[in-house]
Amino acid sequence: MLWKGEDEMPEKIIRVENLKKWFPVRMGFIQSIISRKQLFVHAVDGISFDVERGEIYGLAGESGSGKTTTGRLILRLAEPTGGRIFYKDQDITKVSERKLKQFRQKIQMVFQDPYESLNPRMTIFDIVAEPLRIRGNIDPQGIEKKVHKTLEDVQLTPPEEFIERLPHELSGGQRQRVGVARALTLEPDFIVADEPVSMLDVSIRAEVLNLMIDLKEKLNVAFLYITHDLALARHTCDKIAVMYLGKIMETGPVEKVIFESLHPYTQALIEAVPMPDPESTRIEVRIKGEIPSPVNPPSGCRFHTRCPAYIGDICRTLEPPLVEIDKDHYVACHLHAEPSRAKDATSTRKGGK
Amino acid sequence: MTVTKTLNMILSIQVSDAFKRPQRLILARKGEKIMPLLEVQGLKTYFRVKRGLVKAVDNVSFEVERGEAMGLVGESGCGKTTISLSILRILPSNGAIRAGKIMFKGSDLINLTEYEMRTQIRWKGISIVFQGAMNALNPVYRVGDQIVEAIQLHEHDVSKEEADKRVEMLFELVGVDPKRRTNYPHEFSGGMRQRSMIAMALACNPALLIADEPGTALDVIVTAQVLKLLKELRQKLNLSMIMVSHDLSIIAETCQKTAVMYGGKIVEYSNANTIFKEPLHPYTKGLMEAFPGIKAARTRMTSIPGSPPDLLYPPPACRFHPRCQYAMDICRKVEPELTDIGKKHYVSCHLVH
Repeated sequence: MLWKGEDEMPEKIIRVENLKKWFPVRMGFIQSIISRKQLFVHAVDGISFDVERGEIYGLAGESGSGKTTTGRLILRLAEPTGGRIFYKDQDITKVSERKLKQFRQKIQMVFQDPYESLNPRMTIFDIVAEPLRIRGNIDPQGIEKKVHKTLEDVQLTPPEEFIERLPHELSGGQRQRVGVARALTLEPDFIVADEPVSMLDVSIRAEVLNLMIDLKEKLNVAFLYITHDLALARHTCDKIAVMYLGKIMETGPVEKVIFESLHPYTQALIEAVPMPDPESTRIEVRIKGEIPSPVNPPSGCRFHTRCPAYIGDICRTLEPPLVEIDKDHYVACHLHAEPSRAKDATSTRKGGK
Repeated sequence: MTVTKTLNMILSIQVSDAFKRPQRLILARKGEKIMPLLEVQGLKTYFRVKRGLVKAVDNVSFEVERGEAMGLVGESGCGKTTISLSILRILPSNGAIRAGKIMFKGSDLINLTEYEMRTQIRWKGISIVFQGAMNALNPVYRVGDQIVEAIQLHEHDVSKEEADKRVEMLFELVGVDPKRRTNYPHEFSGGMRQRSMIAMALACNPALLIADEPGTALDVIVTAQVLKLLKELRQKLNLSMIMVSHDLSIIAETCQKTAVMYGGKIVEYSNANTIFKEPLHPYTKGLMEAFPGIKAARTRMTSIPGSPPDLLYPPPACRFHPRCQYAMDICRKVEPELTDIGKKHYVSCHLVH
C-alpha cells in the first residue's frame, strides 16, 4: 500500500480463525485395540490472529508450543484440522492445489538453516531466479533484471559480484540474505520467517533482522517471525503473540507485551531471558518443570500445572478466553477475565515495582 | 509428615556430608602465593587437516581460582570448545597440544601419561558436561545405572550399592526425584536429562567442572533453571567452573571472570563486571551490542560486519582487523599483545595500548 489514510484501517494480509492442527499419534496394533480412542498431538489448538500489511508479527514460545506448525499451516504446507485461513479476505483453507499456486506467489517462506536450504550446486543467480522460472511468463532479460533488483533489495551489492557464486562461497549472513531474496522475487505480501537467525553466528544475527525491518518499511511486506528468543523479538517485531501448547496466551503490540505483560507465562518467559549485565539480580525462576505433552494437554487453562499465580479450581476446569484488556492487547488468563480484576492485577504489579 | 521431614533432614545432612570437600588447608607460608586451581599458560592446540594446520587455540593463558566460575565466550569456531578438550586431553586424533602448560593443582597435565589422566584427573579432578549433553545418555540403559558405571569406572573400591546410594544423593542435589533413577533416558524431559548429566559430572567429586554450552538445545525457562542450578552447586560445593558459551548474557549471569575469544586467541580478559561495564576491545563491544537486553530501549540492532576468520589462513597481525571499524595501519602489521592495563584487565588491541 503506497498511501495510507489517517483513519483508514490497515489492510489485513493474513487472518487466521480458530486454526487447529491435530496430528494423529501412530499406535501399534495391540495398543489400538486396548485404547479405543485415537490419540492426537494437539500441535495448534484453536488460535486466531491477523497480520496487517507491512508489519512484523512475532510468534514466540518454547519448543513444542506450535509456532512452526502455525507457520506451515498458513502456507498450506500442512493441512489444517479445523479453522480457516484468509488471504486478503479470500478463504484459502480449502482451495485446490492448482489455485493455491497463485496464493503461494504472494505467501513465501524463509527457512531456518541457510546452510541446508540452498542447493549447493546452483549459483546464486539460479537460486533467486528459480521461482520466476517456475511461475513462467517472463523473458530472460526480465529474469535478469528482477534478480539484480532483488539482490539489491537484500543488500547483496553489487549484484554482479554475487550472481555467479555458489552458496559455499558466502558467509552465513549472506546465505540467509539469499534465502530472503529467493522469497522476495515473486513480490510477496507475506513472508513466514521460521527462526531465520538461530543458525547464524551471534555477531551477524542483527544484520538479517535489520534487513527484515528494512524490507518491511521499503516494500511493505508483512512477516510472520517465528522465534524462541524474546529479546530479539522485542527489537524486531511490531506485534507479538506468546504461544503455549498450541494456544495463544497473550498477544498485542510488542512494547505492551514486554513491559506490561499480563499473563503469568509471559512474565515468566521474560524473567527467564538472561540479562547481559553481571549485576542484574534476576528474579527467581518461578516456574518449575517443563512444557507438558501436547498429546494430553492439561484441562482448563493449559498453563495451570506450572502457573505461579494459580487462583483455584477455575484454572483447572475452565479454559480462559482470549479477552481484550487494552487496545489490541489480548490475554487468556482468569486473573484478567473480568476488567475490574485486570485493573487490580496491573495496579498491584505496578505498585510492587 | 514428621517422618518425611526427618527423612529429608537426614538426607540433606548426608548430601552435605558426602560433598563437603575435606578442608584442604593450604597453609600458605608468609609471602608465598596460593596457586590457582587451574592455570593455563601459552596453550597452543592445532589441528592437522588436508589443507594445512588449523590454529584453533593459539597462545592462550588464563587461570581459574578455587570456587570461581570463568566464562569463555566467543563465536562458533573461535576455539572455546578446543580449550576445554585440551584441558581434559580428549582431543580428536588429528589435534595436538603444541605448546604451553596446563597446571592443575600444581602438576602439568600435559606431562601426565594417558593412564594418569584417566585414573587421577578425568572425573575425579576435572569433569565436563558436553554440549547437547542430554543426547549423550545411552538410550538402552537406565539413567541411574549409567552414573553407577561412571562411578565404578573411576573408583574401583566403591561397591554397586554404595554407588547407587551416591546416585540417589546426586539426583537430590541436582533436583531430580531420586526415584526416577531407574528410568530410561527417553522417559526424561530435556531438562531432567541435562540435570542427570550434571549429576554424572559431579559423581566423583571433581574440583573443576567444565560446562560446554549448558543452555543450547534447551528452552529459555529450562535454561534459566539449569543455570540457577549450576550457580547454586558452585556455591554449595565450592566448585570451580569454566562456562563455555556464545551467549554473553549467560556468562554475565553466572561467572566472576570472563575471557572473550576471537579466532583462537583471547582478546579481552578480566573480571565479569569490568568486561561488561567497561569493555575495551572493539570485538567485545560489538558482541555486547549484538545482544540487546530484553528491556533495553528499542534501537537498531548492530552487527559486526564480515564473518569469523578461517583459522587455516588467519588474517595477519591482529586477527580482528578485517572486521574492525577502528583498524589502523599498525593493526595489519603488528600483532597486539594481551597486556594488563591495570586492575587485572587484559586487552589485546593497539587502540588501548
